[in-house]
Amino acid sequence: MTKSIRGLALSALLGTTMFAGAAYADCGISAGKVSIIGNDFPAIHTVVNAAAGCATGAVEVKSNLTADHQKLNAPGMTANPAEYTSAVVASSSIVPLMSAGLIRPLDELIAAHGADIPKSQLITIDGKVMAVAFMANAQHLFYRKDLLEAAGVAAPATYDELLAAAEKIRAGGMATPFCSTYKAGWNLGEEFVNTYLGLGGDFFKPGTAEPAINNENGVAALELMKALTGYMSPDYLTFDSNIATAEYEAGNCALMTLWGSRAGALMDGKDSAPGVAENTVAAAAPSAGGNSFPATTLWWDGWTVATNISDEDAVATFLAMKAGTAPSILTADTMGQAVWLLDGYTPSPEAQGISASIAGGARPYPMEPYMGAMHTALGDNIADFLAGKEDAAQALADIEAAYVTAAKESGFLQ
Amino acid sequence: MKHKTFLWFILPSATAMLLFIALPIVSVLIQSVYAPHEQVIREVESCNVFGCTKSTIIDVEATRALSEGAPMGRFVGAGIFTDRSHLATDEIAEIWSASPGVGAFLSRVMNLPFYGALAFTLTYTAFVTPLSILLGFAIALSVNAIPRLLRGPAIFFSLLPMIVTPLVGALILFWMVDARGILGAVLQSMSGDPDLSIKASTPLMWIMLIVYGVWASAPFAFVVYYAGLQTVPQDTLESAMIDGATRWQRLRFVIIPHLLPLTTFLLLIKIMDNFRVFEPIVSFNAGAHAKSLSYFIYSDLSSTNQLLSSAAATSVLTILGIVVLLSPVIIRTWKSFGRTA
Repeated sequence: MTKSIRGLALSALLGTTMFAGAAYADCGISAGKVSIIGNDFPAIHTVVNAAAGCATGAVEVKSNLTADHQKLNAPGMTANPAEYTSAVVASSSIVPLMSAGLIRPLDELIAAHGADIPKSQLITIDGKVMAVAFMANAQHLFYRKDLLEAAGVAAPATYDELLAAAEKIRAGGMATPFCSTYKAGWNLGEEFVNTYLGLGGDFFKPGTAEPAINNENGVAALELMKALTGYMSPDYLTFDSNIATAEYEAGNCALMTLWGSRAGALMDGKDSAPGVAENTVAAAAPSAGGNSFPATTLWWDGWTVATNISDEDAVATFLAMKAGTAPSILTADTMGQAVWLLDGYTPSPEAQGISASIAGGARPYPMEPYMGAMHTALGDNIADFLAGKEDAAQALADIEAAYVTAAKESGFLQ
Repeated sequence: MKHKTFLWFILPSATAMLLFIALPIVSVLIQSVYAPHEQVIREVESCNVFGCTKSTIIDVEATRALSEGAPMGRFVGAGIFTDRSHLATDEIAEIWSASPGVGAFLSRVMNLPFYGALAFTLTYTAFVTPLSILLGFAIALSVNAIPRLLRGPAIFFSLLPMIVTPLVGALILFWMVDARGILGAVLQSMSGDPDLSIKASTPLMWIMLIVYGVWASAPFAFVVYYAGLQTVPQDTLESAMIDGATRWQRLRFVIIPHLLPLTTFLLLIKIMDNFRVFEPIVSFNAGAHAKSLSYFIYSDLSSTNQLLSSAAATSVLTILGIVVLLSPVIIRTWKSFGRTA
């Protein structure tokens, strides 16, 4: 009796972070501790819930899924033994962990336990597998087919066509036909990254941390962004994904570039004004500057294994995460949550935008260790140009100067 | 009080201040003169689901070897303080020699991140401190003048801005001044300009942040003054009335001098608070138009590549700024204490 009460109290105590492990799936783990940190969205919940199915009496699986994961994962994995045995990361957030040596190469674990993981999922850096990707993400175009038809324009494939379409829709009476995430800071920086890479630019002189954005592609990217802001709400510098989603769902814009991972929410008809969700189409990001590929960056999400843990925990973590991203997690419910990179995935209409952007040859988000400093410098220095306080050359000079200062402090530049 | 008794009396709070205020300041100071080691980078090929690309990575082994020799990092002295993100001494010298006039010089200096942020922080402090104290005093006088029965509700409503969580209060105003919000739409129709938006205009954004700051911090001044008003000596007031003093003269020559020590206290507290302005900038998404010193520290610490040394240097400069701003008030208080003693 006392024992069962104790067990009850214990499970109530741990209930917030530990899973009951009702499934008791046989993941082949004999013993060990698995602790996962990652971002908080449905697809990651699916993965972590499946991994939690590996929990047994000898195997503990817990997780911490939060939007603040990037602030927590490095400190939590620096300790020895690490608090987190696995971090679910994206293209950019793997870099700080790898730079600090906090995640281990997975080659030995794959040879021993993961021969069946498809090669295409492996993230290989310098010949070593550092992560296993399970989904793809990208910002791309959403449009309202009813409004485009009414204005007599075809779905835009390039930014020039998008500007022309926006002009026609505005003539029809919609004041702010275009929505995007131009909030000063990370979001605005990301928009520049998409546009600049789409124009064919590169951020750094090859093989060095020297910035290389003060050129005609940089000017063209800024000019294009400024042209787009002419069709946005005057409050565009405060627009993040949540506000852009709300504006679009309220029927205030006909064209929008937004993260593919939001497609499910945009097209499910919940919270939308009548006629919005059913007329929404997800398409590839428009291309820019006469290039044939979409002007967006491709992102992957994947899982890693911490360095500072025992080999037993590393094996347990590897097997649990492998089970969490096994093709069997794909069901009718989970199929639409993401563009899964797993065998057996069939794209839904919501996934069209990302799939088409990948197929169109969009470029991946840069993985240089100093790209974070560049992204911050971009996010902090473009607003002055968009608001008309300085010209494009001055904005680009400011960005490079801010980046060089940060890169010098971090030790990337002398 | 005997010296020994006094010593024992303040020992607990002195210990707490040493541990939680003095030591962190020392640690921040040390942090600000060190920067991370040089990063050893090399070019590698990285492959993922989207294909293979040439990229660079940090050589973890080589970088670790560097940091094991000197775990504090590189000693850079005042290097962080004088770089472009802080005092920007080189840039200022260059701008000075290149600018034709003072106006051009100032506008180019304001383009440097630290001076732009300092300009907003000082403007905010200069307006919000006196305005919130004046408004709080006015509310306290009016609440003190109304019938006793109504005072309870009046006090409650006057305190509301302080009761409402700052983030929530700011968000409510943020939605009201949206281009589609009630205040934003009124402004547009009054000016006849559909593109006019508070969130898109730097001067309007500054005004809104200042209005919010006054709204949010007036209740504190009100509570302090209201308490002070209850201690105004009634016999002095009555004798002033018998002498034929008008309402204004009583206020000017009895009440205000009586409340002067409270005003000094409020000034000290409010200058410190306002110089560290932070929450409204975050909740108004105002980062594009107004940055404060605290906002700088926050963005240095929350970016993907944490800039600890830069954040530490900004913290030290913020502390110095507060010391400079407070010194007139503190010297004044010191002198007046010297006179009475």
